[in-house]
Amino acid sequence: MNGHPSAGVPILQLGDVLISGLLNELDDKSAMAFTEELTQTISSTGARGVLIDISRLELIDSFVARMLTHLTTTARLLGARVIVAGMRPPVAITLVELGIELSGVETALSAEQGLTALGWHRAAPTRAGEAR
Amino acid sequence: MTGSHAGTTRAPQRADKVVPAHHSTESSTHPVASEEDLLSIRHAVRAATLHAGFGIVDQTRVVTAASELARNAYVHGGGGTLTLDIVRRLGTTGVRLTVEDDGPGIEDIEEAFTDGFTTGAGLGHGLGGARRLMDEFTLSSTAGRGTVVTATRWNNRRAP
Repeated sequence: MNGHPSAGVPILQLGDVLISGLLNELDDKSAMAFTEELTQTISSTGARGVLIDISRLELIDSFVARMLTHLTTTARLLGARVIVAGMRPPVAITLVELGIELSGVETALSAEQGLTALGWHRAAPTRAGEAR
Repeated sequence: MTGSHAGTTRAPQRADKVVPAHHSTESSTHPVASEEDLLSIRHAVRAATLHAGFGIVDQTRVVTAASELARNAYVHGGGGTLTLDIVRRLGTTGVRLTVEDDGPGIEDIEEAFTDGFTTGAGLGHGLGGARRLMDEFTLSSTAGRGTVVTATRWNNRRAP
């Protein structure tokens, strides 16, 4: 409805990976705006991977599920791999009962595991004693 | 709580009936007329499930079902109302959702419950999915005269 839709969530770029997250208070407009914004950012940055943290989402209904599915498919068409990370257990249980498998959407238990899957690794701990 | 279904369809006339569910009053009616309303409804339903002592998984089930039903009423029924009741029986507490719209009604109810069936935006899991998330579920619809869904979930945390 308004001319400048914004999902209100930052999309960070780390090399060829984009990182973002969804807020609990996700209304329909923000969800659509987020999809659009992320898709444009993938295109403009040439990102190869996208991590979406959903650990704050207390609810995924069929609308949000559809948005995640569409977003993942769109990103794939643009050459980027999406990983949705951090789903809360009650949300997972409810989704299964709803009959939604989020098929085609890659998931990870946590943001860190998702990033690892996208090729990021925690830097080896620096050893202060070896600074010769 | 009003005794008849007809009573809950009307806009509340008296101030004492519109107190939100998380107050001591056990029934409240919420408009389903905008996307903002869908968010407010989630809050109200969450508060009701907390009031009824539901665990986190049951809270999530009921709020998700309410979100699906309210969205159905908004998208397909052109808007309506959601009435939230705390109900009791034999020492257990439940949350009952009554979602009404004055939309075109549902022509083929069996078909509408089928996963994957949709006439609008969405995955088409809304109605059948919402039914699975609740303990009791009734739907009545008359073509041209709208749809009423009543769905209850009881707080029966069973022993493992």
